[in-house]
Amino acid sequence: MLLEVRDLHVEFRTRDGVARAVNGVSYSVDEGETLAVLGESGSGKSVTAQAVMGILDTPPGKITGGEILFKGQDLLTFKEEERRKVRGAQMAMIFQDALSSLNPVLSVGAQLGEMFTVHRGMSRKDAKAKAVELMDRVRIPAAASRVGDYPHQFSGGMRQRIMIAMALALEPALIIADEPTTALDVTVQAQVMDLLAELQRELNMGLILITHDLGVVADVADRIAVMYAGTIVESAPVHDIYKAPAHPYTKGLLESIPRLDQKGRELYAIKGLPPNLMNIPSGCAFNPRCPLARDVCRTDVPPLYEVTEAGADGRSACHFWRECLHG
Amino acid sequence: MAESMSVPATGGAPTAVAEPILQVRGLVKHYPLTQGILFRKQVGAVKAVDGVDFDLGAGETLGIVGESGCGKSTVAKMLVNLERPTAGEIRYKGEDIAKLSSRALKAVRRNIQMVFQDPYTSLNPRMTVGDIIGEPYEIHPEVAPKGDRRKRVQDLLDVVGLNPEYINRYPHQFSGGQRQRIGIARGLALRPEIIVADEPVSALDVSVQAQVVNLMDRLQSEFGLSYVFIAHDLSIVRHISDRVGVMYLGRIVETGRDAEIYDHPTHPYTQALLSAVPVPDPEAREHRERIILSGDVPSPANIPSGCRFRTRCWKAQERCALEVPLLAVPAAFRYEGGPAAHPSACHFAEEKQVVPPEEKRDLPSGEAPQEPPKS
Repeated sequence: MLLEVRDLHVEFRTRDGVARAVNGVSYSVDEGETLAVLGESGSGKSVTAQAVMGILDTPPGKITGGEILFKGQDLLTFKEEERRKVRGAQMAMIFQDALSSLNPVLSVGAQLGEMFTVHRGMSRKDAKAKAVELMDRVRIPAAASRVGDYPHQFSGGMRQRIMIAMALALEPALIIADEPTTALDVTVQAQVMDLLAELQRELNMGLILITHDLGVVADVADRIAVMYAGTIVESAPVHDIYKAPAHPYTKGLLESIPRLDQKGRELYAIKGLPPNLMNIPSGCAFNPRCPLARDVCRTDVPPLYEVTEAGADGRSACHFWRECLHG
Repeated sequence: MAESMSVPATGGAPTAVAEPILQVRGLVKHYPLTQGILFRKQVGAVKAVDGVDFDLGAGETLGIVGESGCGKSTVAKMLVNLERPTAGEIRYKGEDIAKLSSRALKAVRRNIQMVFQDPYTSLNPRMTVGDIIGEPYEIHPEVAPKGDRRKRVQDLLDVVGLNPEYINRYPHQFSGGQRQRIGIARGLALRPEIIVADEPVSALDVSVQAQVVNLMDRLQSEFGLSYVFIAHDLSIVRHISDRVGVMYLGRIVETGRDAEIYDHPTHPYTQALLSAVPVPDPEAREHRERIILSGDVPSPANIPSGCRFRTRCWKAQERCALEVPLLAVPAAFRYEGGPAAHPSACHFAEEKQVVPPEEKRDLPSGEAPQEPPKS
């Protein structure tokens, strides 16, 4: 297994109290595999990724438990210096907002080349040649003449491709893409996702795709982990989850997408709001919004049950997953 | 007055609306580009909106879709008179609002209200919810006498599904979805006939989006509202709209009833847009044809000659560079009628089904267009 996150806990100490952003998350990704982490804002999907990358703001954030095994080694035991060698070279991240993630006062060539001068000790001239090669690879037209341009001179889609180029520069084994296409228009989103999928296949990388878009997930993912209030509530291969969701939250999300046969009728809506992370409901965090909730849901935290009936290796954190599956 | 829905005429001319409450003709908004400080001279113009026509019927929802920079938000601003059109007419019940006296305009504005995209920045953080929703009454005091206002605001809170006791709270005490409900309540305060909603659910989480869409649907039948619903999310637009207009670079390129646009698109841009939308169904992954457009949208300051989509179009020929295609029912479909016969601004309009109908999706290939097997 390329990456294995085990029982990760992250807290944020704020003025108003402790926000428990990640409460025992476990997931794993293999080489060449795409894991989609699906969740709404505040579900802890990005915080988990930041902990994996080692770019969590500490303080106020604090990892209070768990292990992050990368190629078998626990990254949480690494010193910052060793961590830095892993970051960029072995795992890289693509952020949502390329304009604020790129440095506005450096040319994109300089920013791409920096990967090679810092990690590989190349000369500036060689690094620049590498930068052009990378820009070519992510299909920036006339790369050689644009290598000296600054981020604001590129369109949104091209900036995102430059971010991808930067993440791929050192051919890492793992890429974490945090909402890589959320800020882009649909036609550009299609271009960028296509490119990302192609490069992933070519380099046999593991990819963690963090998103809230059920459509993007269906297009590219192998497995899905659905997060809610800092925990994984369901994980399964992509085909199973869309066909037969085994958690009421996943089911609610899928049903709230407008469909043709529902036109003119009311959309299904999950009632209520996501919980405040400083005050997560007892028992199952989803119980106040859940149509299946009973007394046991308000008292007992559901474990990740193995969903045995679907025949595949799905898991669901619902006491009544059987009912959800068949209901 | 609640249930006076006028369904747009079927067949025949799809854009003909029974009794249009709003008619937009040749709407243009150009922002001048100037050079020099002392002696400013205009060197060009950003053609944000470049000739838009549409009708809105009473009780109807018109969806406008398009990517960023296509001018859809500028259209919205002009409809509520936040921007003055460079040219063209916006006729509300037959009268051009740009030519009205300020007193008459004030009355018209009461009837056309707006709901904004970002519920975080469109509410004043220093005002209570009661003040925010009640502010329209300060400007139009004839709608509600002073003593009556608090009661009205509480009624509005109730209508949009918020607790009327929250009247003294501030916007930061609400979640995004609740704030959007406050924005909608403010839009309803003056009992308008038309609501222009600019991306009203785009900033919300998936599970909350459905709640707000349902609310807007319910309010429409309760108050007999007409909506101009602007969004980039095609599935939500389809759900809520009776008719849809697709915009590209300042113009509507295709328009028709929702099924005509989604199931029988004839303009290549609409086809590409629809095919690019990710379908939340992993089974569709294999047998789906995708049109990936190359390049980016050209700058609205420098619009291509002829057809503005030709620089990204796979069908473009010489004629497209010379002749501007008009938004009309293409000749090929004019006589046979049917769902493909709706206005489309393309010289080479052709029907192409890009989104497989849901019931056919499960069949191995169905009637989907023949597709070469992928290697």
